[in-house]
Amino acid sequence: MTPEELSQARITPEGEAPAIVLPKGLRRVPRGVDELATEHLIVNMGPQHPSTHGVLHILLELDGEEIIAAEASLGYLHRGIEKLAEHRRYSAVGTLLDRADYISGIHTELALAQATEQLMGIEVPEKAQWLRSLFSEIVRIASHLIAIGTYGMDIGAMAPFLYIMREREALLSVLESVTGARMMFNYVRPGGVLRDLTPEAEPLLRQFLKTFPGYLEEYHTLLTGNEIFQARVKGVGVIDRATAIAFGMSGPPLRASGFGWDVRKERPYAAYEQLRFDVPVGESGDCWDRYLVRMEEMRIAAELIEQCLDGMPEGDVMAKVPKVLKPPAGEAYSAVESPRGEVGIHLVSDGTDTPYRVHLRAPSLMNLAVVDEVMPGHKIADSVAIIGSLDIVLGEIDR
Amino acid sequence: MALDKLLGENSVIFTKSEQLFDAARANSLWYLSYGIACCAIEGLMSAGGPKFDYDRFGIFHRGSPRQADVMIVAGTVNKKMAHALRKLYDQMPEPKWVIAMGACACTGGPFREYPNVVLGVDKIVPVDVYVPGCPPRPESMQYGFMQLQDKIRNRRKEMAREQRSA
Ligand code: SF4
Repeated sequence: MTPEELSQARITPEGEAPAIVLPKGLRRVPRGVDELATEHLIVNMGPQHPSTHGVLHILLELDGEEIIAAEASLGYLHRGIEKLAEHRRYSAVGTLLDRADYISGIHTELALAQATEQLMGIEVPEKAQWLRSLFSEIVRIASHLIAIGTYGMDIGAMAPFLYIMREREALLSVLESVTGARMMFNYVRPGGVLRDLTPEAEPLLRQFLKTFPGYLEEYHTLLTGNEIFQARVKGVGVIDRATAIAFGMSGPPLRASGFGWDVRKERPYAAYEQLRFDVPVGESGDCWDRYLVRMEEMRIAAELIEQCLDGMPEGDVMAKVPKVLKPPAGEAYSAVESPRGEVGIHLVSDGTDTPYRVHLRAPSLMNLAVVDEVMPGHKIADSVAIIGSLDIVLGEIDR
Repeated sequence: MALDKLLGENSVIFTKSEQLFDAARANSLWYLSYGIACCAIEGLMSAGGPKFDYDRFGIFHRGSPRQADVMIVAGTVNKKMAHALRKLYDQMPEPKWVIAMGACACTGGPFREYPNVVLGVDKIVPVDVYVPGCPPRPESMQYGFMQLQDKIRNRRKEMAREQRSA
């Protein structure tokens, strides 16, 4: 019963019984209830909250335990990536964009490199295309691992996180041996990639591929089969297909809602045309489906890594590009499928050596926008489950 | 410190209570899990994972500032975040320490030209240890923590020296 209704009930003239609608499960009006007025409480969730995945600040309006309204307040990580990019040479823009979606920087780099290549008409060597696909998939697994590990932690399962970090470290050692960095790679560049696989990278990857299916089983035992976990996520945060499309969502949250849109399939880039893979699609669009879609994508990504290693052609990894990139005036848009969804770069050039405008289409922003819509009606504890299942990265949202 | 192994049975040691407390403090540094940006993935997540495993130094994360001893500022602090950062610092109980992790927290890092970015968290809170890098590797973070442990263990000595020289 809302406070307005209650106050209405109290001012009914004497003699008439106030019309109180009993909540389900309550047989009689508890004594004193007609003097009670409940207030809505506004709770600030964040910007420091262990489970907001960064510096998200959500204002929750609560009626008791129930969420009446939710509003995300952004900007705690706004550091001007897009603006600063306008003052960097084309080859240095990638280092900034790495730090936008910092968990899967390689996808943003790739989108930028493709947009630059479109403008300049650079032909990328075959081998570089395959390496791009290979590293996209490696980073996809690394990113989904974090998503699932921290999701378990949000919901109260601490152990999966420790297992998941073990596999992530295995992948990071591959990334480090090739790109030289654990997180900020700057590996994909306009015209190709930085360097070929190092001799130790392939054995490390093969070893990983051998053990990964077993590890996936482990996660399924730890999380999927965990009844508490199921109770916390099944049927929570349902986003139906129409809402997901209306909000411009993409990536696993969209596919969990039953719409199998994947940029890798719809507008193939890198070597994805030659690779065989399925796109997992969910049914009901709840947190459980989003979780399962990610688990399935990890399995598929491992297969893709194997295909890339087997089918890797010989050749150069970098096309002949000038030292200072000066694309002709014009604009280009290029999108790739990152672990969070469709990340796109809209690049406008005015013919100089710095871009005129770099716009980042951040999938997390669209995926986050839906919380206003889905959160009301849930219990406050579910808010953590919903935010975690969207797997947002604030660096990309605030830029 | 396995004191019993070091000293044998039925032994007695004399120390100042403050020194004992400091030794204990240095070996159970609970940090506030407050990841701001990219550095949080390396400094808070990988660090807690099995490869680097900070738990073995007694370094563990807490969700609430009221239970934390150390604040790791892991990321870019901008002007909107600065107030929250200061508030969190004020909520931590004494004695407390701050580690500035990464180029951003030390100086503003790659974003220092942007007017919205705070040029180093030492403008807002006192910093004890600076760990450079973008992002610093978990090993460097580990080294930073060890430096902080040294600093805490030698706190009384430093204080006494300062008093003498004053
Ligand atoms: S120092 Fe580098 S990695 Fe760390 S928060 Fe700043 S940009 Fe990100």
